[in-house]
Amino acid sequence: MAAYDTNGATSHDHDAPPVAPFSLKVVIAGGFGVGKTTLVGAVSEIPPLTTEEYLTAASSTSDSLSGVEAKSTTTVSMDFGRITFDRPQPMVLFLFGTPGQERFRFVWNDLVDGAIGAVVLVDTRRLEDSFGAVSYFERRAMPFVVAVNEFDTAAHRYTPDEVRQALELTDSVPVLLCDARDAWSAATVLINLVRHALSCAPSRPPSDPGALA
Amino acid sequence: MAGSLTPAWSDQDEQDERPYALTGGRTRPRHSMRLDTLLMAQRGSPPERLGPEAKAAIALCQREQRAVAEIAAVLKQPAQVTKIILSDLIDAGALIVAVPDTIDPRSPQLLEALLGGIRHKWGNVA
Repeated sequence: MAAYDTNGATSHDHDAPPVAPFSLKVVIAGGFGVGKTTLVGAVSEIPPLTTEEYLTAASSTSDSLSGVEAKSTTTVSMDFGRITFDRPQPMVLFLFGTPGQERFRFVWNDLVDGAIGAVVLVDTRRLEDSFGAVSYFERRAMPFVVAVNEFDTAAHRYTPDEVRQALELTDSVPVLLCDARDAWSAATVLINLVRHALSCAPSRPPSDPGALA
Repeated sequence: MAGSLTPAWSDQDEQDERPYALTGGRTRPRHSMRLDTLLMAQRGSPPERLGPEAKAAIALCQREQRAVAEIAAVLKQPAQVTKIILSDLIDAGALIVAVPDTIDPRSPQLLEALLGGIRHKWGNVA
């Protein structure tokens, strides 16, 4: 794995904290069982990991441990994957799979904060499971693409336009078919997301110091 | 659903008490961190009398920076418990938070670089 010393500070320098590599984050959202873990696994350099979090009925992670004793907690799982790049520069892309259940939507805020965008993975047999995710990202004005996971060739295939209509998406939202199991298909989804994020990014002149904020 | 790596506990009560044992009864970490906060190990001998989870966390962070989410998943501990363990290790000087660069991760320059990186890894698929 590439070393991440972007300013010359080594891991042994106690005088200054090490600088992280440019780290970016993409959120993979979608209903339960739609294939988020599979998609993460298709591109992640590590097998997808599961990060668990306890939540109380009051929906706060900060006092979740005090709820454990009272047995009033539930467990929420998030997928984690990563891709390390050394070209064109050292970067790491984190992939976070959101908890699928509607009632855990509030957990998404921290996951989504600072993400470059999201993939809403869709199963055409349960399109309605995706409405909540689509609304969430629209409200946050976060760039997102819709990826239709086509893993069952016998199932009724919707065209991207039909999915767009069913989800009431604006024309600017990319809708694409994918096979979450396939690395190139998954990479194509990510590329489409990054391109879409670029088209959404406010352009700044190169000399604008605000661009570095 | 992701393959949940549930430890094989003997009974549910023991499983429920375990987070308290690991955190000494605390419910919040002293240092705030997010799931994507990166940590790495400091040089020097690790503190004495570390539990297996703390040792494992330091080992994970030895040669590369690791996100909190990844450490939690590998430790097979809930994120909140992991943050408390990691916070203690920061206090003990065993781990340090890697400061993210000030450049906006959504800057066009960085997004273009990411695009190039993905295309390089998987070929020009799109």
